[in-house]
Amino acid sequence: MTTIATLADVALTGFPRADGRKGIRNVVVVAYLVECAHHVARLIAGAFPGQPVHLIGFPGCYPNEYADTIMRRVLTHPNVGAALLVSLGCESFDKNGVAKAVADSGRPVHTVTIQDVGGTRAGVKGGVEWVQWAVEDLARQERVPMRPDELVVATICGGSDSTSGITANPAVGAAFDRLIAAGSACIFEETGELVGCEFHMKRRAVTPELGDEIVRTVEKASRYYTIMGHGSFAPGNADGGLTTLEEKSLGAYAKSGASPISGILKPGDLPPTGGLYLLDVVPDGEPRFGFPNIADNAEIVELIACGAHVTLFTTGRGSVVGSAISPVIKVCANPATYERLADDMDVNAGRILTGHAGIEDVGTEIVDLIARVANGACTKSEDLGHQEFILTYKQFEPIGPGCLPLKAA
Amino acid sequence: MPSTTSAQAGSLLLMSREDNCLIARLDLKAGDTVVIDDRTVILPGDVRLGHKVARRDLAPGDKIVRYGAIIGTATSRIAAGAHIHTHNLESDYIPTYTLEQDGHHFIGSKAP
Repeated sequence: MTTIATLADVALTGFPRADGRKGIRNVVVVAYLVECAHHVARLIAGAFPGQPVHLIGFPGCYPNEYADTIMRRVLTHPNVGAALLVSLGCESFDKNGVAKAVADSGRPVHTVTIQDVGGTRAGVKGGVEWVQWAVEDLARQERVPMRPDELVVATICGGSDSTSGITANPAVGAAFDRLIAAGSACIFEETGELVGCEFHMKRRAVTPELGDEIVRTVEKASRYYTIMGHGSFAPGNADGGLTTLEEKSLGAYAKSGASPISGILKPGDLPPTGGLYLLDVVPDGEPRFGFPNIADNAEIVELIACGAHVTLFTTGRGSVVGSAISPVIKVCANPATYERLADDMDVNAGRILTGHAGIEDVGTEIVDLIARVANGACTKSEDLGHQEFILTYKQFEPIGPGCLPLKAA
Repeated sequence: MPSTTSAQAGSLLLMSREDNCLIARLDLKAGDTVVIDDRTVILPGDVRLGHKVARRDLAPGDKIVRYGAIIGTATSRIAAGAHIHTHNLESDYIPTYTLEQDGHHFIGSKAP
């Protein structure tokens, strides 16, 4: 089967951005900068049903460097064409800095400050007028050819059960290997769900220094979750036949495929080349703001902040989420779940368990679907209107010197 | 009613040669006959799709191996064909959180 050729053969297209990257969507983002501005932002975004207008936001009033970084990365993501910031007025978020970053990226940006414009009604009115202008402006943009090495694909698992590690995760791993061979960057994540796999990953690192960093990263995750008193393990995982965190880890690890590991990223770092990257999602330092990621969508947001155009979401129990900004492709691991939730699932990897398809066949199907979605086809979650988004407080130090050995000096 | 025709080799999946557990490829019932390494075994209890059964008799302290890797330690005697789960297997790392009818529990001796 020649799926590398498939991705190279499909004429990918995207929207060109000033930084040289290309987007597979052209979204107008409406971003509230504190929970107090959430309702106004929701009314603004809600005035554009069926249009590419996505609501995101940060709830806190206290400043946080991580949240600031992620907001900047997300608002200048290649899938974003324009941004409206919705501020109450007295919150700590650096709205002027963020607005300047978006403007400097060549995108239209506008800020509605509710306290200045006269309250909820005036804020909504001004916001809707600007978004209407932005939607019409972006509709005039045209797609241009895009190469496979300009594509960033991420993966996450959620609602895992015992079938995840048999079907969907290995199939995503097969898809990753083909994408990487075609030049794409692929990102896997959740070091807290790779506990027990660290020494195997070390052997796949492109340099010994990177291998040591991988082991340290997983040790950090294990320590962090132990202090929290809770592994990355939900009751549904146990109901689905997974007994221990290390069993879940081994199944989750299959998503990474067999390619060499080219580097470690932290949320907001962009992959410098094609290849396979591990995203370290566990905060640095003593646990401070709570669980590393409170739910799957927090991780999806971090993958998007690393430039992911599309996220492959493997699920055994049957998660229905999508995401703001970047499409989510749902790969269902469990054939019984697929039967129940077919409307929400893009790929039925459960066929591997029932003997109707091989891992490589489903890998091929995933790569082909990525190409179609990149060119504008709706995923199930996009079609259903899913636009989940979570951004909370975290603390990170910059990645260590051995983490990105392929980065040009 | 127990199935007597499900002794097909395909009802249990061996992930890796060195594993001492097998994965149910479909929902299995107590009394179903399965084949484990050419031995015919009658399942003592229900095993749902994706859940594990013992490939051979296991003792407390034995490491349970899936995908060729250790996934935890047996906490009681487990007969070949018996269900392996939170009642007889615990993590070597972090306790497992479950939600039962009567509330939530941490499984494992390291539980707080």
